[in-house]
Amino acid sequence: MLGMNRKDTTLFIIVCLMVMLAPILLNPFPTESAFSQFNAGYPALLQRFVIFGILVIGFNILFGLTGYLSFGHAAFLGLGSFAAVWMFKLLSYNIVPAIVLSVVVSGLFAVVIGYVSLRRSGIYFSILTLAFAQMMYSIAYSDLVGKVLGFPITNGETGLQVYNNDPQFLLGDGPTTPHLFGWEMNGSFTWDIGGWSFVFHNGYYLAGLFMIASFYIAIRIFRSPFGLILRSIKSNQQRLNYIGVSTRPYMLTAFVISGMYAGLAGGLLAAMDPLTGAERMFWTASGEIVIMSILGGVGTLIGPILGAGVIKYMENIISTINDTVVHGWFSFMPDGLEDFVVAIVHPFIGKGWHLTLGLVFMVVVIFLPGGLVELGQRIGAKFSRKKPTDPASGATTPAE
Amino acid sequence: MDDIILQILNGLDKGSAYALIALGLTLIFGTLGVVNFAHGALFLIGAFCSVTVSRLLSLSFEKIDGTQTDFLGNPLRVETPYLHEWFGPEIGASLIDWAVPIAIIFAIPFMVLVGFVMERGLIKHFYKRPHADQILVTFGLAIVIGEIVKANFGANPIPTPAPSAYAGAMDFGVILGFEPNTIIYPIWRFVYFLFSMVIICAVFAFLQFTTFGMVVRAGMADRETVGLLGIDIDKRFTLMFGLAAAVAGLAGVMYTPILSPNYNIGMDFLVLSFVVVVVGGMGSLPGAVLAGFMLGILQSFASMNEVKSILPGIDQIIIYLVAIIILLTRPRGLMGRKGVMEE
Repeated sequence: MLGMNRKDTTLFIIVCLMVMLAPILLNPFPTESAFSQFNAGYPALLQRFVIFGILVIGFNILFGLTGYLSFGHAAFLGLGSFAAVWMFKLLSYNIVPAIVLSVVVSGLFAVVIGYVSLRRSGIYFSILTLAFAQMMYSIAYSDLVGKVLGFPITNGETGLQVYNNDPQFLLGDGPTTPHLFGWEMNGSFTWDIGGWSFVFHNGYYLAGLFMIASFYIAIRIFRSPFGLILRSIKSNQQRLNYIGVSTRPYMLTAFVISGMYAGLAGGLLAAMDPLTGAERMFWTASGEIVIMSILGGVGTLIGPILGAGVIKYMENIISTINDTVVHGWFSFMPDGLEDFVVAIVHPFIGKGWHLTLGLVFMVVVIFLPGGLVELGQRIGAKFSRKKPTDPASGATTPAE
Repeated sequence: MDDIILQILNGLDKGSAYALIALGLTLIFGTLGVVNFAHGALFLIGAFCSVTVSRLLSLSFEKIDGTQTDFLGNPLRVETPYLHEWFGPEIGASLIDWAVPIAIIFAIPFMVLVGFVMERGLIKHFYKRPHADQILVTFGLAIVIGEIVKANFGANPIPTPAPSAYAGAMDFGVILGFEPNTIIYPIWRFVYFLFSMVIICAVFAFLQFTTFGMVVRAGMADRETVGLLGIDIDKRFTLMFGLAAAVAGLAGVMYTPILSPNYNIGMDFLVLSFVVVVVGGMGSLPGAVLAGFMLGILQSFASMNEVKSILPGIDQIIIYLVAIIILLTRPRGLMGRKGVMEE
């Protein structure tokens, strides 16, 4: 269907259904129950799932297919957000020009940065992209462009947002929140049934449609001859050069595509909440993108989406769990034991969720280089009747 | 002229820190071939060694002072550090005052141990894996170490003063024959520079003039041949990892009076140190030191008001700008060797 083989079509349909039904599926616990804080089906988090999904799908086209590790990808996300907010400030709250411009701007920057960075490979490429991203972060954070031009462009530490005295030439009587030709992004429809309350949020569904489209394009890229060239760059770039294939145009195309994906994600972030700041471009944000894609499974189709979902879920849910909540869970234990358990769990929850993140990430890199997808395959292999054919075990000791 | 000298001096302390961290990074990379993103965390551990030692030294208990009374007429309870009790107030006070230099003594074995554990426990298993995996696992380790420090010491910077004898500033201009009060420079920064020079010279001398260092250099040049000669090169490389960890740790210990450490200090320095290593040339020890000082001084020149008025904000991007230009014009860095990191 749509130029995909059967396996990909199934995967695609599953992803579509997941996106459509996420507000229900991720809300399994009734609102009043003790477990309701594990519900992920609220709009602010769902939006992040799909938007960061788009971002990591794009990153995966670069890192997963070609093996070039960019440590500065958040810069494009930030650029997209800035471009989108500027469109809100200048034209109106309609998100179409905002998203178009954010993709175009990130694409243009990706052409320049990619052209320069791709002259080197390996660790040098990582450092170059990191250097570019940090430079852009510094420029945005202290608003250097604005200082040269005489009016704020990125608005420094405060961050960029829309003010009442902005021109907004096309605003007229239109809505004063982001909208798609009048269809407001923050509108929602709540469905109360039994103890549950499901929120269907306009902005989420728009971002979800964008993610489905991005996912479809990613599938087509993965299965195209272009994708095959990118994969062969990862396995042996030198051999490609020897047989007369110039790899640089392909690399640059992949870099620009993934930059545009990041720009789209940045534009959508701004469309959900029309303000942005330089901290979106900081290098730890780039590191987070890398973590997401590794955790899910680099070079696989579904992996990045899973990774983005898990990280954002952990960020939002684990960080809200505090000692009182843990005491509640373990209240069935004797007092001394309960305090002991809580003391052990304490460093990993609440403010310490980064520690959990770091540990999970290390465990995945050490034991599961293929991420969650590999975990799924291993478990699947255990339970399936077929004899497990493990290609990895035969190839761990390269002959030297 | 005095302005220029002042800026060079200002760049020296940052440059020293960059040089020390980059030296360790290059040592690890040159010997073990591992890109260690957790090297900033070693700097961080060093800095918090100093914090811990200064806290330990000033541990105190409540002592009842019979000679004084509080306003109710009861004997006064005075917080007395144990050191005052054990060694008498004068020696005790000066021991507490000298916490940072004393921390060096504790930091060296501790950092070597940390280096050992890190190499044997984690990094050893990553020699055969791609560089990207090494970057990622050490990046994860850096996050974990940073978060552990944050959980134990909080997120705020912890001031750790230098010994009071070195706490002030000195008039450098007079020594060099300028007018008084033209070049005022904090003494501790100068101490830091001298200290880093001593460490750098010691590392180079160790590699140059000892048999152990000779074997390590031979191993860096051709690991396989050294192994064929019947030398257990892995063991020596592990020791070099410990040495590199100690260098980074000492850089951190001594830096605490200049910049109060918090859990992020390692990451901040790491990113810049990587740029330094790449500019200096991957795998070149003199290149790392040279580039460290060069970029430190360049950064301090870029933060002069005269420069900033022409190019606002240049001080924040100069290092990255220079790195990009150098990588594109001299792909191997300033003093890079051929064949390093070039598949």
